[in-house]
Amino acid sequence: MTIGKSIYRKEALEKVTGTAKYTDDYTSPSMLHAKLVVSTHAHAIIKAIDTSEALKAPGVRAIVTGQPDFPLTGEEIHDRPPIAYGKVRHHGEAVAIVVADTPHMAKKAAELVKVDYEPLPVVNSPTDAISASAPLVHEQLAKYEKIQHVYPEPNTNIADRVKIRKGHIEQGWQESEVTVEARFSFGPSDHAAMETRCATAEIRPDGHILISSSSQAPYMIKKLMSEYFKLDAGKIIVTTPLVGGGYGGKVPTQLEIIAYLASKAVGGRPVKVFNEREEDMITSPVHIGLEATVKLGCRRDGVLKAAKLVYLFDSGAYSDKGATITRAAAASCTGPYHIDNVWCDSLCVYTNHPYATAYRGFSHSEVLFAFERTMDMLAEKLGMDPLELREKNAILPGHTTPTQADLNASNVGNLPECIRKLKELMKWDEGRRMEVNGRKVIAKGIACIWKTSTIDTKASSGVILMYNPDGSLNLMSGLVEIGTGSKTVLAQILADKMKMDISQIYVRMEVDTQTMPEHWKTVASRGTYMAGRAVLQAADDLIRQLKDIASRILVCSPDELEVGFGKVYVRDDPTIYSKIPDIAYGHKYPNGNAIGGQIMAKGNYMFRHMTHLDRDTGAGKPGPEWTVGAQGIELEFDTRDFTYKLLKAYAVIDIGKVLNYKAALGQVIGAMSMGLGFAGRESFIFDEKGKVLNPQLRTYVTPRYGEHPDYIVEFVETPHIDAPYGARGIGEHGLLGMPAALANALSTAAGLHLNQLPLVPELIWKAKTGGTER
Amino acid sequence: MHIAEITLDINGEARSVTVRNADTLLYVIRDKLGLTGAKPGCLNGDCGACTIDVDGNPMKACLMLAVEAEGATITTVEGLKYTSLQAQFVDKFAFQCGYCTPGFIMNAQALINKNPHATDMVITEWLESNICRCTGYKEIEEAVKTALAVARTALQEQLK
Repeated sequence: MTIGKSIYRKEALEKVTGTAKYTDDYTSPSMLHAKLVVSTHAHAIIKAIDTSEALKAPGVRAIVTGQPDFPLTGEEIHDRPPIAYGKVRHHGEAVAIVVADTPHMAKKAAELVKVDYEPLPVVNSPTDAISASAPLVHEQLAKYEKIQHVYPEPNTNIADRVKIRKGHIEQGWQESEVTVEARFSFGPSDHAAMETRCATAEIRPDGHILISSSSQAPYMIKKLMSEYFKLDAGKIIVTTPLVGGGYGGKVPTQLEIIAYLASKAVGGRPVKVFNEREEDMITSPVHIGLEATVKLGCRRDGVLKAAKLVYLFDSGAYSDKGATITRAAAASCTGPYHIDNVWCDSLCVYTNHPYATAYRGFSHSEVLFAFERTMDMLAEKLGMDPLELREKNAILPGHTTPTQADLNASNVGNLPECIRKLKELMKWDEGRRMEVNGRKVIAKGIACIWKTSTIDTKASSGVILMYNPDGSLNLMSGLVEIGTGSKTVLAQILADKMKMDISQIYVRMEVDTQTMPEHWKTVASRGTYMAGRAVLQAADDLIRQLKDIASRILVCSPDELEVGFGKVYVRDDPTIYSKIPDIAYGHKYPNGNAIGGQIMAKGNYMFRHMTHLDRDTGAGKPGPEWTVGAQGIELEFDTRDFTYKLLKAYAVIDIGKVLNYKAALGQVIGAMSMGLGFAGRESFIFDEKGKVLNPQLRTYVTPRYGEHPDYIVEFVETPHIDAPYGARGIGEHGLLGMPAALANALSTAAGLHLNQLPLVPELIWKAKTGGTER
Repeated sequence: MHIAEITLDINGEARSVTVRNADTLLYVIRDKLGLTGAKPGCLNGDCGACTIDVDGNPMKACLMLAVEAEGATITTVEGLKYTSLQAQFVDKFAFQCGYCTPGFIMNAQALINKNPHATDMVITEWLESNICRCTGYKEIEEAVKTALAVARTALQEQLK
C-alpha cells in the first residue's frame, strides 16, 4: 500500500515553512555562549596561555584551557585531549574556551587570549608521516588506552595497520600475464553540512547533565561522556532535534565535551557552543585524505589474478574514526570483483592536518577511486573495453570478499545486471571519446561500486509504538533524521504492516536518549534495515496484544483474528470485529468491568554473525550485505583550456527493494552531487606549514546550482532477505563511483592518466604540459 | 557599545527591538525575534541559508546590519503563506535535511514575484548564490521551474 510510493516526508511542512528546529535554533535567556580560541599553528608546543586580558572583557564568565586531568578521548584510541594540552597537533585545534553572556562578547574576548607557541616540524602528508625521520605527532602512542582490535605502532605515526591476506599473492603474480601499477593521492576535504555543528550542555544541581547536539550519534555521546568523566549514564540525557546534514561528519563526540567542560566552569549553567563555518571546517573533524598504490595482475583474457594494495589514510592529528575507516577500506580493498589473491596493507596515519572522521561512503569512494582508475589502466593495456573487463570479473554469489566472507544470492546484489543496464543507458557502444569540433570532445567514464557496513558487531536499534485514543500510533526510534527521510520510511513500513493509513502514524522526529530506545548511530546506510526490522518486530508485538484483547471480546481464539483497516476482525467473517480505538486503551464491558490498558509495543534488532577481522589475514565478516552498482559520467572537455562541463551522471544500483521511490532517488542523486564535488574541486589547500588556506565556503568551493549534470538513476531489485522487504542500504552509494568515473572520463578525454583529486583544470593542465606550457 | 531601539516591519508586524549597532539582521531576527527559519550557515554571505526578502529583493541577512533594516519591509520564510513554491518543494523532494531550504525558498520566491518569465540563465544566476549539500539541485530546479510556470499561468488568468 505505501511501500515503494513517494510518500512525502513526515517533517516536510515544518521544513518548507521554516519552523523546523535545529540545535542552534533553541536558546534561552539563561544560556551562556562559548567561543573557541583555536590554534594558528599545525604543530607547536603551547608555551603559555595568557587569559588575563580576556577575563577582564565585558560579559566573560569563564575561560577554560587544557588541563592534565581532562580525559583523553577517542572512540578506538584515546589520543585526543578535548582542549589542546601541552601542544597543538593541527591548525584550528581548540586551545581555550571563552564563556560569556552573548556570542559577540565571547568572540571579542577570545581575540584577547594570548597563546605563546613554539613551532615544531610539521608532518604534512602520509608519506612524510611514515618516513623514518618524521617528527612524531603522538610521542605517547604506546601509553594510550584503546579498544582491543586496533594496533597502533609506538614511536611511529601509524595509528593502525589492517592486513588482508587472501590466497597467495606470489602465485597470483605467476598466473598474471599483464600487470599494471599506479599511485594515487588526494588530501583531506570537508563534509560542509549546511548546518554547522552545535552543542549545548547544562549540569543540573542533582547531577543530571542535559546535552543537546546536532549529532548522528546521541547515544554514543551518552556512553562516551559517561566513560570519559566517570558519570552515571542514567544522569546523562542527550537530545537531538532535526539535523541539518551529517554525511558522517556529525558522528564524533567533540563539541559536546567542550560544552560540558564550559558548563562545569560556570557552575552548571547552560552553555552553547556553536561552530562558525571556519571552525566547522578545521576545528571539527574532516573528510580523510589518502595516498594509495594499486598493483593489479590478470591473464591475457582479462581475468584478474592478483591485487596488491597499499593504502595510507591521512587521519590527521587524531585517530577518531580514522582507524575504523582504515579497517573498512581493507575489508573492501578491491573493487567489486572476484580476485583469488589479494594482499593489502591499510594504514591509519597521523599527520598535522585537521583530524578525520566518517564521511559518506566510509572509505569506499576513496579506495574505489584508486582501484577503478587502475582497472581502466589495465583495460587500456589489455586493449579491452573497460566495461567488459569489469563484467568479466564481476563479483557474484559463490565468490568471497577480500575478508573471505562468503557471498550468496541474498547478501550481494546483481552487479552484471547493473553493468548491463548502465551500458544501455550510457549508449556505451557508441564510443567513449567523440570529437565535437577541433577544440571540444565528449568523453565517458565508468566505475563499479560495492559497499558493506563495518559497524560495531554489537550495535542495536530499538523501536517503541504507542497507541493514541483514536487508534493512531506514535512511533519512537532513536534514529536521527539527518535528512535521509528514514523516519518516514519507518512509518511506511509500519503502515504497511498494520494495514493502516500512514497519516495515522506520528513519528517523533527529535531523539531523546532518556525516553527513546537506542539506535546505535545513524550511520553506514543502516537506518532502514536496523530500525525497520525493529519496527516489524514491534508491530508483531502490537498485533499480538490487539488480538489478545479482541479475542476476549469476540469470544474466539486470537489465532482466528486479523488486524487491519482500524479493526481486529475474524478472518473468515470480517463483520465480526472490534474497532482498534475501542481496545487500544483497554476495553470496558457493559457492566463496567474493564480489561487491558494502553497498548504499547517494542522491538529491537541486532545484526547476526558479524565478526572482528583476523589480525594477520583480515578474515571475517564485517557486514550483513554488499550493495553493488555501476556508475558513469559523460562530460564535455575543452582541450584548449582543460575546463570541462558535466553533461550526464549515471547510477544503476541494486537497491534490493525501493521503499520510497523519490526519497531513494534523492539519496542517490544527492550523494552523486557530493561525490562530484569531492572529485572535481573540493580539497583543503595546505601551505608548507600545514595551515589550511581555504577554511570557508568562499574559497572551499562546493557544487552550486546550475553546474549540475542531468542525473540518470535506475534501480535493480535483488532482495536481501534479512532486510525489511529486501531493501539494501542506499544512503551513501551514489557517491562511491563518482570520483573514479569522473577521473576515468577526464583521463579518456585528455588522453592521459589523472590519478589525483580534485580534478580541477589546473591539475589536468599540469599533467598534460608538466605545468609549463600555455 | 552603541545600543539603539529600532522598529522592524517584519512579516506584516511592527516589532520593536533593542540592538547593538554591530548586530547583523540575521542575529536580531533569530536571537531577538525568535524567527529561526533563516539559518546561520556561514555568516559570510557565501551559502545563502539566511536569505530573506527585504523590500522585494532577496537579501542575505548575515550581510546586513539590523539598524539598516529600519523602514524596510521584511519578509522571512515564516511570513510566507504556503506558496505554490513551498508546495512544489514538498512535491519534488527538493530538500532533505531542510537546513538550506528557507534560504532557497526566499530567494526563489523573490525571483517568482519579480520575474515569472525568468529564463534558465536568470534562474541560475539567482540560485547559484545558495548552497544545498543534500540534493543534486535537480530537484530544486524542478520545484522552482514548476512554481514559475504556476505563477505565469496565474498572471495570464489575471490578464484575461
